[in-house]
Amino acid sequence: MSTAVSPGHRACLGCGEVLGSRLALEAAGPNIIVANATGCLEVTTTSYPYSSWNMPWIHSLFENAPAVASGIEAGLKALGKAGIRVIAQGGDGATADIGLQSLSGMFERGHDVLYICYDNEAYMNTGVQRSGLTPSLASTTTTPTGTTSDGNRLPKKDMVAIALAHGVPYVATASVGYHKDLQKKVQRALTFKGPKYLQVHVPCPPGWGYSSSSTIDVAQKAVQCGLYPLVEFELGQMTSARKLNKRIPVDDYLRDQSRFRHLFTGAAARQGIEVIQAIADANVRRYGLA
Amino acid sequence: MKQLLEGSAAIAEMVKLCRVQVVSAYPITPQTHIVEQLARTISGGELQAEYVNVESEFSAASVVLGASAAGARAYTATTSQGLLLMAEVLFNMAGLRLPVVLTCANRGVSAPITIWNDHQDAMTVRDSGWLQLFAADNQEAVDLHLLAFRLAETLRLPVMVCVDGFILTHAWEPVNLPSQAAVDAFLAPSAPIALLDPARPATLGALAEPDSYMEHRNRLFEAVEGSMQTMERLQQDFERQFGRRHGPTAGYRVDDADVAVVAMGSLNGTIEEAVDSLRDDGQRVGSLKVVSFRPFPAAELRRDLGTVRRVVVLEKAVSMGSGGILSAEIRNALYELPSRPMVKSHVVGLGGRDVTVRDVREMVLSTREDAPLFFGLRQPTAVEVS
Ligand SMILES: Cc1ncc(C[n+]2csc(CCOP(=O)(O)OP(=O)(O)O)c2C)c(N)n1
Ligand SMILES: [Mg+2]
Repeated sequence: MSTAVSPGHRACLGCGEVLGSRLALEAAGPNIIVANATGCLEVTTTSYPYSSWNMPWIHSLFENAPAVASGIEAGLKALGKAGIRVIAQGGDGATADIGLQSLSGMFERGHDVLYICYDNEAYMNTGVQRSGLTPSLASTTTTPTGTTSDGNRLPKKDMVAIALAHGVPYVATASVGYHKDLQKKVQRALTFKGPKYLQVHVPCPPGWGYSSSSTIDVAQKAVQCGLYPLVEFELGQMTSARKLNKRIPVDDYLRDQSRFRHLFTGAAARQGIEVIQAIADANVRRYGLA
Repeated sequence: MKQLLEGSAAIAEMVKLCRVQVVSAYPITPQTHIVEQLARTISGGELQAEYVNVESEFSAASVVLGASAAGARAYTATTSQGLLLMAEVLFNMAGLRLPVVLTCANRGVSAPITIWNDHQDAMTVRDSGWLQLFAADNQEAVDLHLLAFRLAETLRLPVMVCVDGFILTHAWEPVNLPSQAAVDAFLAPSAPIALLDPARPATLGALAEPDSYMEHRNRLFEAVEGSMQTMERLQQDFERQFGRRHGPTAGYRVDDADVAVVAMGSLNGTIEEAVDSLRDDGQRVGSLKVVSFRPFPAAELRRDLGTVRRVVVLEKAVSMGSGGILSAEIRNALYELPSRPMVKSHVVGLGGRDVTVRDVREMVLSTREDAPLFFGLRQPTAVEVS
């Protein structure tokens, strides 16, 4: 098989996550074992007796992919099997919420595992509920807009900082909108021994409410407005940050997505957008993206 | 007045009418529609309550534990993997005697992963000290939630209302929702006690040494077992006020039956149709629905099944290495009878496999005692074999 993830799966048209995973695992090359958390990526690709995965691949539960990967790594070590790379992957909910404890343990123990988080910014598999990586003011089914709510009140959890605080030797963000950068980062990550954390922004047409032909465009806009900085840290030092060569206001990114529609209507309309613009501006300053 | 509602919407509406004060939940199919509607109800200002979005079911259960200990009426909902992840908290909550109500939108457990219905999730925590009530249809699901809050707060025990995932949660049925005044008349508008209260400092969750642990566990056992009396009294209250009754067991054409089909949950609708068709064929068949699995209605089963020759149990869960769970408990209850019916168990409907009227007829009519435990297994497909 020439591709890491075979077609014929059940993901939606324009799914950023399955695309992101295919790109990442193809970059990783042969001789890998993958541990996958529960989520869209797993559900849409493994309807028994079929599977899209062309490598040894295991799904156990929603919250334990990092620990399962830790066990695979330990098992390979015990068996003296060298040269096989272990990759764990999951959605933003699996990573930042229910599996965070498991991920922290994997980081802390220093397992030689690349963990990839496919960040579509909500629990998509169960119908667009809020996760810790849902951005501020996005409407989800558990943070609906209403008389007492403007959508998600909480900020997006800073997983990069959390990984760095664990002393993880390679930490980076990427986007399906920039596939060469994504693949380069996977390959770079695998040159490090120990835990690696890569967070990939993967737009979701039904979850965000935009046309399924625009996934790449939406992903690029997220980067170009400063809301999704593409950064890279090696041994705790920032080694790259993608400059915003075509910087756009956040409006241009938010406007096409129904999860932000409420920010464009009503009396207090501009307020929410200003809050989000301030988040983008802070990212630009923090990582020197201008 | 009857309204046509999705099961999940009807349950969420009843939970709102019960004036819950804290809702905490974590999304999992097929529970999501219930908690999403509650989130909308709260963010829309229709219900004054705290909705706590958490990072796991473990935390959802722990949040409602804390809220209940602080004296708030607290509610959560989950299923399957989520219920299993809550298991440690569930045992703890029962031991702490906290009157939380939980909806379990019953679903099978992994591996292999399934999102579809069976009862393995709820049956796996049957020893926790929670009361467990199984709804056969959406009217029963709605009514059992109201009853559950009253039972929980009267007994100081947590109550799980089990509702078949998809089959009930996603089915649109006409449902009678009581008025707010009627609900308030049955269930006091706020929870009765705050265990954590600076006015009366108390220690919860103390360490029990071997000289007291058994007594604590015995008190919990007696509370759950003895809850049948309270259940009976509250069922009467409920019937007086609303004209409907929900168990602990309910028979259908079973009084003069030779054969009784026993099951929990939505299977009972199919079974009752099969009973009618078998009666049309001249078979003396009836059925018995078990609504309350905890407390287990042993005396009621002896009363209802004492005169039948054969009991056919249709069950959606299995104890690996042993057999059907409901049937084992029924046999245990009937063992005390001077003359006991045969009890045949059929494991059916796992992971959403459909159970039809024809299947039920076949199980009733077959008298093979050595029939396999799992009913209706299929041959592997060509792809599976290859
Ligand atoms: C313990 C447990 N709780 C809840 C679920 C239900 N569940 C399955 S996938 C999922 C959401 C996945 O979200 P994310 O990790 O962001 O991945 P996505 O589907 O968005 O790609 C949930 C809530 C589960 N399988 N197990
Ligand atoms: Mg997600």
